[in-house]
Amino acid sequence: MKPLLRVENLVTRIGVARVVDGVSFHVAAGETYALLGESGCGKSMTALSLMRLLPDGGRIASGTVRLDETDVPALPERDMRRVRGGKMAMVFQEPMLALNPVIKVGDQIGEALALHRGLGGRVARDAARALLDSVGVPDAARRLDTYPFELSGGLRQRMMIAMALAGDPELLIADEPTTALDVTIQAQVLDVLRRLRTERRMGMLLITHDLGVVAENADRVGVMYAGELVEEGARGAFFAAPQHPYSRMLFEALPRPGDAGRLATIPGQVPRLDAALSGCRFTPRCPFAIARCSSESPGWQDLGGQRVRCHLAGMLPMAGVRERVAHAATERASRPLLQVDGLKVHFPIRRGFIQRTVGHVRAVDDVALSIEAGRTLALVGESGCGKTTVGKALLRLIEPTAGSVVLGGETITARNASTLRRQAQMVFQDPFSSLNPRMRVVDALLEGMDALAVGAPATRRDAVARLLRQVGLPDDAGDRYPHAFSGGQRQRIAIARALAVSPRLVICDEPTSALDVSVQAQILNLLKDLQDELGLAYLFITHNLAVVDYLAHDVAVMYLGRIVEQGPAGEVLRAPRHPYTQALVSAVPRIEPQGAPAIIRVAGDQPSPLNPPPGCHFHPRCPHASAVCRQIYPERTDLGGGHWTRCHWVAGQT
Amino acid sequence: MSFVPVILWTDGLIFALLGGVLALVWFIRRHPHLSAPWAAVARRPMATGAALVLAVFVVIGLLDSLHYRARLSDSPPGRPQYSVEVLSVFDKLVGKLRTHQEKTYSAPLAMQLYAKEFVERDGASVRDYPRLKYGGAHLKRADERMPDIVRRALVGVAQGLAVGVLLFGLLAAWQTRRRRIALRPWLASWARGGLSWPGRTLVLVVALLLMLGAVTVRLAAGYHVFGTDKVGQDVLYITLKSIRTGLVIGTLTTLVTLPLAIVLGVAAGYFRGWVDDVIQYVYTVLNSIPGVLLIAASVLIVQVAIEANPERFDTAAARADIRLLALCLIMGVTSWTGLARLLRGESLKLRTLDYVEAARAFGVSHARIISRHIFPNVFHLVLISIVLDFSGLVLAEAVLSYVGVGVDPSMYSWGNMINGARLELAREPVVWWQLTAAFTFMFTLVLAANLFADGVRDAFDPRREGRP
Repeated sequence: MKPLLRVENLVTRIGVARVVDGVSFHVAAGETYALLGESGCGKSMTALSLMRLLPDGGRIASGTVRLDETDVPALPERDMRRVRGGKMAMVFQEPMLALNPVIKVGDQIGEALALHRGLGGRVARDAARALLDSVGVPDAARRLDTYPFELSGGLRQRMMIAMALAGDPELLIADEPTTALDVTIQAQVLDVLRRLRTERRMGMLLITHDLGVVAENADRVGVMYAGELVEEGARGAFFAAPQHPYSRMLFEALPRPGDAGRLATIPGQVPRLDAALSGCRFTPRCPFAIARCSSESPGWQDLGGQRVRCHLAGMLPMAGVRERVAHAATERASRPLLQVDGLKVHFPIRRGFIQRTVGHVRAVDDVALSIEAGRTLALVGESGCGKTTVGKALLRLIEPTAGSVVLGGETITARNASTLRRQAQMVFQDPFSSLNPRMRVVDALLEGMDALAVGAPATRRDAVARLLRQVGLPDDAGDRYPHAFSGGQRQRIAIARALAVSPRLVICDEPTSALDVSVQAQILNLLKDLQDELGLAYLFITHNLAVVDYLAHDVAVMYLGRIVEQGPAGEVLRAPRHPYTQALVSAVPRIEPQGAPAIIRVAGDQPSPLNPPPGCHFHPRCPHASAVCRQIYPERTDLGGGHWTRCHWVAGQT
Repeated sequence: MSFVPVILWTDGLIFALLGGVLALVWFIRRHPHLSAPWAAVARRPMATGAALVLAVFVVIGLLDSLHYRARLSDSPPGRPQYSVEVLSVFDKLVGKLRTHQEKTYSAPLAMQLYAKEFVERDGASVRDYPRLKYGGAHLKRADERMPDIVRRALVGVAQGLAVGVLLFGLLAAWQTRRRRIALRPWLASWARGGLSWPGRTLVLVVALLLMLGAVTVRLAAGYHVFGTDKVGQDVLYITLKSIRTGLVIGTLTTLVTLPLAIVLGVAAGYFRGWVDDVIQYVYTVLNSIPGVLLIAASVLIVQVAIEANPERFDTAAARADIRLLALCLIMGVTSWTGLARLLRGESLKLRTLDYVEAARAFGVSHARIISRHIFPNVFHLVLISIVLDFSGLVLAEAVLSYVGVGVDPSMYSWGNMINGARLELAREPVVWWQLTAAFTFMFTLVLAANLFADGVRDAFDPRREGRP
């Protein structure tokens, strides 16, 4: 079959850096080709080269890009404008930024229709509505007249896809299309993309870092590392036996269910592309490297359907490189370290000149939690469900409206908050905004000790050195400024800062979601080691269920400010009872072939906490909703072994 | 002692400011992340050249801020009496420029007055252009003037060039010695612009300034380079004296602005709530009063106060100085709102960042959070706005003095010069040199300040990071 897109030896430079270096691949019509790799590997630059939308200073240095019969790099800019959005279209990662906030979405789609299909007026409107229908936007006619800010993230991404489809493209480039979305929404959007590809026989270039997304969507996979394509093959073969050491390690670094061992990590970082690189670029991080690797750049080796650029192709040992060190099993303590009851955080909504309170956003509504020393409770939910607010309210970074917090046997009030601050600390999501760029690492670590008067002032410097060693940073790290560190190292600093006051509870707010898989593995290993060593309790706030499975002992699932299901991690994730938990668990893209029951898709988005639905908050999206669900919020149903849920449907079954 | 030092209010503040700047420089040099953007500024040829020109102005201004009163020659030895005239080190340096006063207007480099008068010549009274007392007094005939000027100019250029080459030689010797390289490759890389600092610009600007200075000194020895004004005073001298006024207005006003803008802006952004409301109402109200009106009213009040208490000021200079200081204060009070608004917005953003939350989780006090987390991260904004505002303030002084609510009429300032020249523009033939001189100097200072500010902004603006 003749491929739709053929890329040969594409080299793209930005300044002196070769951000894409000799990449060749092809995409056939009706096929999904996935480009996989960590950030900084040149995936997005490849896509932008194809669209010729490179940033300032970037240019295609050599290579051919053929779309059907069109030679893309040779086209004059005038013709290129017709190809962009016409023959090939792109869906970007951030739907918030890709739509113009002051133009109605209908008009934005109409613009693309007028440009590429010459439609206008009534006809264009009908065409736009048809497009919205095809991407599964409910109530399409009305949505055409809304502004982007009125739409949820999932709907916005659908609008983006509809716009991309307006020119009837033959090739759709999706650059991390679901990275900014929640799992249930991600599942919906990926469904739409899959269906459209089959219906329209489009070629699709899917760019992602998520192995799960690749496993469920791609036909063929290409792995990129440091600007080069290092492995390519059909999905089945690739997932059965990845051949390049880098691909292998990506798999090993992924936390998987029921696996208590340490995660494999890839030491070091992706090399800088503006330096001269010789030999195989993965050599410095490769555990299998031989002398030849550092001198000679490997060529493509064919291995029956798979191609790989590695001198050791086909000779790698089949067994995993993962070391299996069991973590110490933590004993259940008799008394909980943290006991939270009836925690409420309501934000008043003020209107008008005198700022009258007209209502409340119930961000957290009656949450009860307990964590024992040395154990991890994961708080799981989609964005906007109030999980971060719970974490901040516990530390009194946000003043709770009601509820009691008992920490280490002491009830925390506004007056004895300093006890709380010594015993509980927080690690934040974004390693770049969590460290003051104008403060040396040592000062950042000393800040907490000084403020809470931990230890004698003379011993604090030694304590800093000990902390840095503990989180695996070099000794001279203290005197440097945060900009000298990578994302993973910064997260280590943030962890060291939290540990500086020797807390017994650490609240981790999505500490790995901004990191690449291999770095995520390092941080998860570190958190586990610290727990073993210091007997820390974690409240782990996340949306990533794979991480929960790996790290947590107990799980609490939150929906719209309330906990809907709670219990031991194994039970909740393997045998979820609440329909929402079931949907959440089944929506996670998995690498393993799906032997599990059919995926449960929930319709629609999470409603606003400003105006939650009456009765059970989940009933508008619930496949099992009945009359009682619409009226009464369900009571707790105990399922034994500390596992409980709030659901009328489950209550009816037991 | 043949003199007694006089420290006017603005002198004290200027040197306090200088001390502050030096302390800041010392502090910045010790912190690599603070000195990095300054190194970037120093690498920009345009900014470096502008900084040199600014430095010349600053040095003149500083010399002019060292005031003293000379002892009267006829005072008794036991009880020394001092002149009521306050002079500065700069006056001493320029020497005769100050005292060589003609009768009235004369054109630049002229040897005769600008207006005809009856002069006694050979016993008869003739109506002619009388010779100047000092300008071109060494010349015998009128046709000697042009060759003399050219000769002086050429000598000046040659001298400036000679000093420039000498300095360049010293620089080359020092650099090659320090880097242990031969002279030839160093010269080659200098000519290519291949040094890590803008060597070519630096050398060229210094050479140009030296030549210009030498030519001026040569010519000023025999002529009035920019002519004389209505009362026969040398315009070059007035213009140079005006530099101090411009600098004082440009810098001391910021000194008043900064604490107000920083404290109120950061407080509004960080604390939000009612603090924010109060501060916002204050600056909205202040902004809605026409600035000139407020300044005019305040200056008049100060003027009345000065006249009501003449006994507090022992010299005319002290009186003029107080009015200058008052003008700085008033302009500062009316111009802090822009920066405060900027800082408020930035603090609103910073307070939600995770590192501030982390500090709050440790129970760090508000004062400490502001001083360690918020302020260092808004400091680049403060700096950018100081340099950008400087030129605006210098121009504002000119406008205000022109309107008549600026500095004391007896004080040398570009605004007063322009105001004085205004009426003479209607004369035929026109008296143009006063305006030209004030314009040239003000333009040079403001242009240099703006170019320097551009360099600073580019180096400190995080959005432009990584771009040349």
